[in-house]
Amino acid sequence: MGIFVDDDTRLVVQGITGREGRFHAGRMREYGTNVVAGVTPGRGGVDVDGVPVFDTVSEAVRQTGANASCIFVPASAAADAATEALAAGIETVVCITEGIPTLDVMNLLDTAKARGWRGRVIGPNCPGLVTCGKALVGIMPGRIFTPGPVGLVSRSGTLTYEVVNLLTSRGIGQSTCVGVGGDPIIGTNFVGCLAEFERDSDTRAVVLIGEIGGQDEEDAAAFIRDNMTRPVIAFVSGRTAPPGKRMGHAGAIVSGNMGTAESKVKAFREAGVPVADSIAEIADLVAKALG
Amino acid sequence: MKLHEYQAKETMRRYGIRTPRGEVACTADEAGEIATRLGCRVAVKAQVHVGGRGKAGGIAIAATPAEARVAASRILGMSIKGLTVTRVLVEEAVKAAREYYAGMTVDRARRSIVVMASNEGGVDIEEVAAWSPEKIVQVWVSPREGLEPWQARSLALAAGFDRRAVSGAGTYLASLFRLFVREDASLAEINPLMLSEDGAVIAADAKITIDDNAIMRHPEYRALSDEDSDDELEREAHRRGLTYVKLDGDIGVIGNGAGLVMATLDAISSQGGRAANFLDIGGGARADVVRNALELILMDSRVKAILINVFGGITRCDEVASGLLTAAESVGVRVPMVVRLAGTREEEGRALLRKTSVVAAEGMADAARQAVALASGGVK
Repeated sequence: MGIFVDDDTRLVVQGITGREGRFHAGRMREYGTNVVAGVTPGRGGVDVDGVPVFDTVSEAVRQTGANASCIFVPASAAADAATEALAAGIETVVCITEGIPTLDVMNLLDTAKARGWRGRVIGPNCPGLVTCGKALVGIMPGRIFTPGPVGLVSRSGTLTYEVVNLLTSRGIGQSTCVGVGGDPIIGTNFVGCLAEFERDSDTRAVVLIGEIGGQDEEDAAAFIRDNMTRPVIAFVSGRTAPPGKRMGHAGAIVSGNMGTAESKVKAFREAGVPVADSIAEIADLVAKALG
Repeated sequence: MKLHEYQAKETMRRYGIRTPRGEVACTADEAGEIATRLGCRVAVKAQVHVGGRGKAGGIAIAATPAEARVAASRILGMSIKGLTVTRVLVEEAVKAAREYYAGMTVDRARRSIVVMASNEGGVDIEEVAAWSPEKIVQVWVSPREGLEPWQARSLALAAGFDRRAVSGAGTYLASLFRLFVREDASLAEINPLMLSEDGAVIAADAKITIDDNAIMRHPEYRALSDEDSDDELEREAHRRGLTYVKLDGDIGVIGNGAGLVMATLDAISSQGGRAANFLDIGGGARADVVRNALELILMDSRVKAILINVFGGITRCDEVASGLLTAAESVGVRVPMVVRLAGTREEEGRALLRKTSVVAAEGMADAARQAVALASGGVK
């Protein structure tokens, strides 16, 4: 089990002939992910370290039964690549690419909705996800994960690794860890992940790592209050960030009264969600929640 | 990136939106000449990327070219919220019968564009949103659908615009939407949208922010992007390709990953210290990138200690540590440096650091505590 990807995942890597695509395709295979195909338009027929490359995603799906995709295509073409994957019937499209214009992502998601494509987009500008011991899709370092009962969802990459590393060192394993991405508009937000964790039999508690900007954390707090039985532990980074300054992620900016850390922490506390004041405290709160 | 008012107005005019006639000036003499050419009462407006410039004295009305020259010489060079005014917009002063708000921005939660109109124009729309949200009428429009003038007219009517303004406002909102999509804006605002005494609809002030991720397909904005920051360190960071934000403390911070760096700033604050900056070197932490970052941090004379917080993901910590040491050596670091490494082979990484003058911290809180102590002149 776990969420979004598992033993049944058959992955196509879009942009596999590029430097990043090839490197990470190799690392994903090392972790045990079933990488069945690559796609690079115009390069169909070659293979990359034994993985067959196709010109289109639909060809890859026909030939290999691919059901998930991981995108390492440059920003100017990445939304198009994701649209192609959804149109080909891919169920889980993980877009690693950073720097995609916001309106391209908006159009991608809007088109998918209008056409009734059932696939889910994770990202863009995300590190991907890992269902521990089963499948790693993206760029996360496989070595730090260990299978166990804790689901994790985060807007950030290295902060996720930091927390996973901490949990693993404390003997607390993970079910699935998802980096949803640091952009203003993303395909799958906290609520989308929490709903899946609530249904997942392998997940007994969830860690949510938020940051300043937007209202995804506030929405997550309301969802947890109304819909979740599994305990959730929250952490919010950027408590000391000044308003009006974009803190690296395009989505991490406090504008006016919107998106402050105080508002997010308050929303979680009011929803009965314990909020860790430091990274180290996350592990204590998780251990307590697991009992 | 934010456009200046005069740039935003130029862009709006290309989409058929009427603005007051005007030009930008860098000297008082130029301002006087522009006022002479306009031949009417003018407004002289500071071009800086901050709100509240009117209250700060950055806007003046001048009846004659001589007055415009005096106003410009006062405004040019003044500091508004820490930013120095280097340009003023000199434009015809329009007498308003009514002032409205018209604008649009990206709605993250709805993954759409929210188009807004209000008859409470001229003031900060966020204040209206906070105190009387019922005075802002909103619709959500996808770029695929587009906004037609007839839809925008309904919006203007619902917001309570005067009948004389409805047709013009509808046309301009539709034009503004087209601009928003074609120019890859993340914010486009006309505030106030003015109904003049003679019944014309005019964009009296204009705000446009272009999506930084989309500048690759708008080369015309790239030329302007260097001017985006008035801070020399931020400009230097931009030139070096670093993600850097200047803050007001004395501890230089370098980390990999935006979330991790933000958490580091928080950790410093909870230890009673203040960070001098946010600096994200991205994944990997390669030696050349670290060197580049260290050089920038050391240009900041306020920095009394440096804290480097790196999670070695795919790169092992011992490799990161030797890269850091090489970089620090080649730069010649003059202040105490605390390094905190986590991830694969962190013990080996820390062991490498211990043989040097670098302080190898055990965890994030410990690193923050040591950096705060060193910055305030304490012992490690």
